[in-house]
Amino acid sequence: MTASQSSVAVPVADGGAAIDTRALRKAFGTLVAVEGLTLAVKRGEVFGLLGPNGSGKTTTIRMLCGLLAPSAGAATVAGFDVGTEGEQVRRKIGYMSQKYGLYDDLTVIENISFYGTIYGLHGSTRAARIATLVRELDLEGRINQYAGTLSGGLKQRLALACATAHEPPVVFLDEPTAGVDPASRRRFWEIIHTMARRGTTILATTHYMDEAARCDRLAFMSRGHLIALGTPDEVTKQFGAMSVEEVFIQLQHQDERKSEMGKRKSNVGQGVGR
Amino acid sequence: MKFHFRFPIFDFRRSAFWPMVRKEFIQMRRDRLTLGMMVGLPAIQLALFGYAIRTEVRHLPTVVLDESRTAQSRALVDIMKNTGYFDIVAAARSRDAIRRMVQGGEIRAAVIIPPDFAHRLKRGQGAQAQMIVDAADPLASSAAIGAASIASARMSAGGRPAVEVRVRPWYNPALKSSSYIVPGLVGLLLSITLIVITSMAIVRERERGTLEQLVVTPITKTSLMLGKITPFALVGYVQMTVILILGKLLFHIPLRGSLLLLYALSAAFIVANLGLGLFVSTVAQTQAQAMQMSFMFMLPNILLSGYMFPREAMPEPAQWIGAILPLTHYLKILRGVLLREAGLEAMWRESLILVAFAVGVIALSVRRFSKTVG
Repeated sequence: MTASQSSVAVPVADGGAAIDTRALRKAFGTLVAVEGLTLAVKRGEVFGLLGPNGSGKTTTIRMLCGLLAPSAGAATVAGFDVGTEGEQVRRKIGYMSQKYGLYDDLTVIENISFYGTIYGLHGSTRAARIATLVRELDLEGRINQYAGTLSGGLKQRLALACATAHEPPVVFLDEPTAGVDPASRRRFWEIIHTMARRGTTILATTHYMDEAARCDRLAFMSRGHLIALGTPDEVTKQFGAMSVEEVFIQLQHQDERKSEMGKRKSNVGQGVGR
Repeated sequence: MKFHFRFPIFDFRRSAFWPMVRKEFIQMRRDRLTLGMMVGLPAIQLALFGYAIRTEVRHLPTVVLDESRTAQSRALVDIMKNTGYFDIVAAARSRDAIRRMVQGGEIRAAVIIPPDFAHRLKRGQGAQAQMIVDAADPLASSAAIGAASIASARMSAGGRPAVEVRVRPWYNPALKSSSYIVPGLVGLLLSITLIVITSMAIVRERERGTLEQLVVTPITKTSLMLGKITPFALVGYVQMTVILILGKLLFHIPLRGSLLLLYALSAAFIVANLGLGLFVSTVAQTQAQAMQMSFMFMLPNILLSGYMFPREAMPEPAQWIGAILPLTHYLKILRGVLLREAGLEAMWRESLILVAFAVGVIALSVRRFSKTVG
């Protein structure tokens, strides 16, 4: 994990991609949630995955984390095949879901310590790592508080601490800032960008367009398909829009029209949220 | 998704098993409701079944009409008093007086010792004493009749000639229902702890999203599952020990057979029920559902296993359902070992059934759990 961080002088698009998917597909019965998804995320990149609800973002993340098996296609994360090298993949990733995955009845320090131990940290290594996380994620003074009693912003940072206890080179964030106040959102993204500067690859979904505009690159998904890919400026230009938000709204309208047409014909192509 | 279940080469030392177990105990300590269920249930059940629900009746107000007035007749009265079933409240002067007192309801039983009692005893002619019981309460009367026969049996012991004896209760000379109920309580409480509490603990992780969070870590499914259910097996053993000790201290339950054998055989029962708890957790989506489903398992366990009612008296379909409950077989082992000093040679059939059940249920549940987890 540290090796990959120190060796990122120049991000390489091909071969050295942190996340690489080829024609990835996921179908739940007749429902196709993700179709023909091919993209590469470079090391140290903050990559935003955008799209309306049900466009296949969460399904994509769940496939990349090994929570769902792809129906077709292939994907590698940190150089390991998602389909066949699940265990290696899981050592290299951090995953933060909308639910945060915290134990409300454990304290801040117990949560971090538990996940750290699960990731194989012990003794002084673990203690040092916990101290760093507590300091960098502004959790000082809260370490003996139960996670269930924390505010939204603190819970979110604690969840990030637990997900990155093992310093993973790739971090997946699934709507990490939903329901958190603006100041906490800003602080959270500062932390995320700091991690990226140190070489951690971030793949995040969000519905906040200010967050999307700060990503290095964006991918727009609609009804399971990748429909736009590039820097925020490129994507905005591609759609002849003024801002990322405008692109998003355009896409959503387009989506709704298609889905109405789709309903008249058949129900193929509608994405699934989870 | 693709992590396989690797039981044989499971490395406890370096695995994430221990942190799981540790975490589980911390949570257990802080969850007041669960803790209350684990500690309170045995206490409430012990009190309910040990004290409140008595199938035997003790301390019947009793009068004595002693026409013999000898050391022998007084000895008989003492023995009857010592059974605990009769409280000698007065001496009656005549049979008429006894009739009045029983009719009035103030007296439930009377002992009449005829004038020739001691004389016949000495001559070895077989002495007789009469017992009058208020049969309006059949439970009380049958208890009194039983106790009277014990008293007469004791009177006959020590080389003296026989006093009339017909009923001879085995294994439970004091006719205490707690001797029957308390060992059963061990089995019932293990079921509750292992099915209800285990399934709720797993479903809670699913509800809160921590199960998903764990699945994306390198923790193996084996560590995850074993780390999650092992603490509850330990809790089960602790509960069992507490009930046995309390049963011994408060209710003087005999602990006759090999406790080692009992604890060993209990492992099969514990694994079977952990499997059921795991199974419930794979079906239930919420803690409320887990609770409801668990109680669906609990009711037949309480009613049809022979815990409260003898299975022999049940209609056949109820007996069949009872036969597929692990508790039914475990109860036989509990009562067999604790009350009748039964060994493995007497209990092998029940033991085999339990082991088969444990293997079957855990295999099924582990497979289901693996599928639902990722």
